[in-house]
Amino acid sequence: MANPAELRYLFFLGCTIPYRVLSYEVSARKIAEKLGLRLVEMPEFNCCGLPLDPINHEMMLALSARNLCLAEQQGLPIMTLCNGCAGTLRKVNRALKEDKEARARVNGYLKEIGMEFKGTTEVKHLIQVLADDVGPERIRGIVKKPFKNLRVAQHYGCHLLRPSKEMGFDNPEDPVVLKKLIGLTGARCLDYADETQCCGATVSGINSEIPLQLVREKLQHVRDAGAQALITICPSCHLTFDFNQPRMERSLGEKFDTPVLHYPQLLALAADVNTNELALEEHKVNVLEKISLFC
Amino acid sequence: MEKRDSSAETVKPVKVNPHFRHEVMDFPGGKTLKTCFQCGTCTSSCPVARFSSSYRPRQILQMAQLGLKERVLSNEALWLCAACFTCTDRCPQGVEVASVLRTLRNMAVAEGFIPEAYRALASTVLETGYAYKITGLRLKKREELGLPSLPKANLLDMAKLAEVTKFLKVAERGGKSS
Repeated sequence: MANPAELRYLFFLGCTIPYRVLSYEVSARKIAEKLGLRLVEMPEFNCCGLPLDPINHEMMLALSARNLCLAEQQGLPIMTLCNGCAGTLRKVNRALKEDKEARARVNGYLKEIGMEFKGTTEVKHLIQVLADDVGPERIRGIVKKPFKNLRVAQHYGCHLLRPSKEMGFDNPEDPVVLKKLIGLTGARCLDYADETQCCGATVSGINSEIPLQLVREKLQHVRDAGAQALITICPSCHLTFDFNQPRMERSLGEKFDTPVLHYPQLLALAADVNTNELALEEHKVNVLEKISLFC
Repeated sequence: MEKRDSSAETVKPVKVNPHFRHEVMDFPGGKTLKTCFQCGTCTSSCPVARFSSSYRPRQILQMAQLGLKERVLSNEALWLCAACFTCTDRCPQGVEVASVLRTLRNMAVAEGFIPEAYRALASTVLETGYAYKITGLRLKKREELGLPSLPKANLLDMAKLAEVTKFLKVAERGGKSS
């Protein structure tokens, strides 16, 4: 285990969280404080670039690299809460470190804004920080009220795992890291059909029907497994399963009422953090009504 | 006698561009189009294809290999890829399917085919530095929840990067909507 005094990160917030998923940020900051992680605010950051990749790959690289340069200037590794940001920044960081031609090209763009990619930073998702840097022992140390009878399912999201050749984290067909982290809270994390299936968030601007179908299928599998809640680690997945759940229920005529919690909320509840400190009222599917499940 | 559909008798020539697949393969991320042998693992693994009647990644790659440039680049289904990378991970030939599809979308944009949602996104990033317009209400909510204020993005940097990567053209012109 790394010395907790050394656990400092440049906190990359991304766009989706300030746009609509403040509950994730609130709860992540709360557990970071409990675990003694120091999150340094990131000045003048911009979109990670991912949503622009379909339009212009070079602009995606440039935006991503600019964020990486900001981290290099601060001499800190980046921590993100979003799978999309983590995936993009990790992928670009790795590509620019390894591919000299791409690095020269992108540094040509960065020259226009007085920056240069040097390849001296690292990027981690919160889950990687918890699993690799913090470690299970320290997480167990903050769990004061482990869940006794809670059964949950996890949705990992795609961009932290795939393309696996580039991400090099966990097993993309049968990921276990999040399940182990959930286990530390005392909750039972159940297996269910098609666990790694995408939430479909990225196509919602083009076709709003397909993500709703994917949400329904996921929630059916989660319910069939006997889980009482779904745990996510990505703001876009969370929006798709929580924010869009009532819309899906109206549109497809099937009621689920499945609470969707961010992993930091689950951990914070097990750490006996007061329920009113976790922005649970921000969720579309009422969690507070079912809070007895989590006590 | 049954009325015959006269259009069915018209033979429409299919335009084939033999250089197209090389153009794709020369683009960053397009190289592996070459090794696709049309097994269909991508389509059978695709979460979107399960619920769409028009989106078939295998078919799009085949059209690209055959040189059906116009048909590929003007194809609305091209924009249904969710970028989950399941196809890329499972391809037995090592085709980076999602990256080839992204390459095709980049090429479609350069030809003027861009869905409105993406054109609006391009403008938002240049105007705010973020992928969404974050309203005053959300900023106020941050304060109420005790969160630090959101830093302002450097819009001058955004504009310069957009210029040098030729992204600016897309946001300004938008091309014709596909």
